[in-house]
Amino acid sequence: MRVVPHLRAFARGLCGRADFADDLVQETLLRAWQARDRFQPGTSMKSWTFVILRNAFLSEARRSRFHGDYDPDAAERLLSRPADQEDGIHMGDLKSAMMRLSLERREALLLVGAGGLSYEEAAEIAQCAVGTMKSRVSRARRNLEELLDATQARSGHQAPSFVSHEEILAEMDKLVGH
Amino acid sequence: MFMSSKPEGGKPPRTARLQEPKPVWAEGLKRMYDSVVGEEVPDEIVALLKKLDRASDPN
Repeated sequence: MRVVPHLRAFARGLCGRADFADDLVQETLLRAWQARDRFQPGTSMKSWTFVILRNAFLSEARRSRFHGDYDPDAAERLLSRPADQEDGIHMGDLKSAMMRLSLERREALLLVGAGGLSYEEAAEIAQCAVGTMKSRVSRARRNLEELLDATQARSGHQAPSFVSHEEILAEMDKLVGH
Repeated sequence: MFMSSKPEGGKPPRTARLQEPKPVWAEGLKRMYDSVVGEEVPDEIVALLKKLDRASDPN
């Protein structure tokens, strides 16, 4: 199935752990297979399976399997090696900051920013209005920047270069495929 | 005031955010996601897919 690599990436971003993420993908594939008669041909298999994965994640999270297992500070210490630093950002800092976002915001950034889905597709997966998704993405961006700024201030990482607002918008537009 | 942890007066107005740093994190986020997409799918998942395929098509 072509969607499996994307399911793995979405799951990894949601729960922050590779092993749990792959368990989640297996659970998703089972649920999707069991519900295969409900898939409507011509609609997006990716969106359909993402919804199933999201629901599987939420029910696991409610059973508190993923809750409290992830220690952002420990992850930060582990992951923030100099080798992870590219273009002025520590990937470990970024992962850690992502895990500190609320689930709603993390999901919004994963779908729209990382996964390159449109706001419409992301809203369908998160089962919210398009406008809600847009505002979640923008709050998530601000929130993430604040977290990264705080990390940089604490660790003295080099500040990234400055560019114009137009370039930022162009980059985000590129990311969301408009 | 009570609800805000931001320092008073020190924060530039919203419009000043136009000069905010380039979101290098945006590229980082994409790279993070793409690196997982680019990984080989683990054996257990491949095995599960085969099993499900066989189960849905007995021939």
